[in-house]
Amino acid sequence: MKIGVLALQGAVREHVAAIQAGGAEAVVVKKAVQLAELDGLVLPGGESTTMRRLIDCAELLEPLRAFADAGKPVFGTCAGLVLLAKEIEGQEAAHLGVMDITVARNSFGRQVDSFEADLAIAGIDGPFPAVFIRAPHIVRAGEDVEVLCEYRGRIVLARSGPFLGCSFHPELTGDHRLMQLFLDMVENRELLPTTAHYSKI
Amino acid sequence: MSEKGTNRVKRGMAEMQKGGVIMDVVNAEQAKIAEAAGATAVMALERVPSDIRKEGGVARMADPRITEEVMKAVSIPVMAKARIGHITEARVLEAMGVDYIDESEVLTPADEEFHLLKNDYTVPFVCGCRNIGEAARRIGEGASMLRTKGEPGTGNIVEAVRHLRQVNGEVRKIVAMGEDELMTAARDLGASYEFLKEVKVLGRLPVVNFAAGGIATPADAALMMELGADGVFVGSGIFKSDQPERFARAIVEATAHYQDYELIAKLSKDLGPAMKGLEMATIGAADRMQERSW
Repeated sequence: MKIGVLALQGAVREHVAAIQAGGAEAVVVKKAVQLAELDGLVLPGGESTTMRRLIDCAELLEPLRAFADAGKPVFGTCAGLVLLAKEIEGQEAAHLGVMDITVARNSFGRQVDSFEADLAIAGIDGPFPAVFIRAPHIVRAGEDVEVLCEYRGRIVLARSGPFLGCSFHPELTGDHRLMQLFLDMVENRELLPTTAHYSKI
Repeated sequence: MSEKGTNRVKRGMAEMQKGGVIMDVVNAEQAKIAEAAGATAVMALERVPSDIRKEGGVARMADPRITEEVMKAVSIPVMAKARIGHITEARVLEAMGVDYIDESEVLTPADEEFHLLKNDYTVPFVCGCRNIGEAARRIGEGASMLRTKGEPGTGNIVEAVRHLRQVNGEVRKIVAMGEDELMTAARDLGASYEFLKEVKVLGRLPVVNFAAGGIATPADAALMMELGADGVFVGSGIFKSDQPERFARAIVEATAHYQDYELIAKLSKDLGPAMKGLEMATIGAADRMQERSW
């Protein structure tokens, strides 16, 4: 199984380690041609405005949308969640716009308000340590979006068809259970409901 | 339940900057140009290093109006500089809600003996270093991110290269050492034994290390990435060039694709003059900012 990590900017190294810990092959992705060989893709944490600019420079937007549209699983963490979202609060345009959610950026405040907390996640036993850094959250989840975790009344982890997205940074702890959940999605992707949102936009 | 200001939160913020470019800005308009160009953060300050160098005098924390204006103008993180050892400037910046404080040798030090005890703060700090001893001491005080110092405001990459090679060379030596050699290395380097043990296990520094101090072109930025920097700070290089917007965009792209040499050639074409720059031999000992912390 080959899992790519979009490596334009951000926490690439950590996701590569998590993928390898799960027994899959990790591919550092900088160009569109690399997408063809992948079974799944991780959009890492970082700065979403920077990533978007570099996605445009590398002419990656349409290839990434096509990848998602083909039902290939995509996991976005923090900035990656913002890239996945169909709508971004206060912004006219989305980025990939493939997951039927609306996100609010930096919604927990500035860096001094960033925090760690233990989360209760549907399908994962016991507390899950999460690091929130200038984190976004999901303010609206579409009908076919399955909410997997809320923290203080805010949706911070959700799944929709082949897409998994979270507000926090599972890559910053040594706990790879969420990555394992994603790898299981990739392994069983024929069973995932298809949600070709992009073609509906 | 939930905890703020932990090492993981403070260091994690720097991890999210990796592969990015942090740009010096002196007003909201420059901040917006930097954000649109793809900067991962901006450093709000009153004068860029080359102007501090030219104008002389005591360089201090920026007027809070400038920092606030920048914070309002962009959605990316905003960093700001406090003088070395200036507890109050740092606390003021923390109270204003800046996302990262640079305890910076670019400003005139307030304390020539002691650096800030950065572990005491909720806001994370970045500090300069020229070798693994300085890196260890700053991390020991609580820095969550490092940048090799270079020589700020010169547009000359030579010191930035020297410092990054020094730090990464020392890291490689520590990794190759036997455990029984570490205590003597700790004595010689002025780094704690515990720190060197951690470096040996990790195979790298425990925090993100950016390059700074002299980056003036897309090729300079790519060179620092090639030498193992996690990202770059560009101070005077952007807004002292002839075409700041194009320079900013080109440096962001060159940093992300630092081994794509055809792309860097394309990005560097017709960029116009970079900042003029200074030869190191022309800078007197008193004007060498890199000597200002220890």
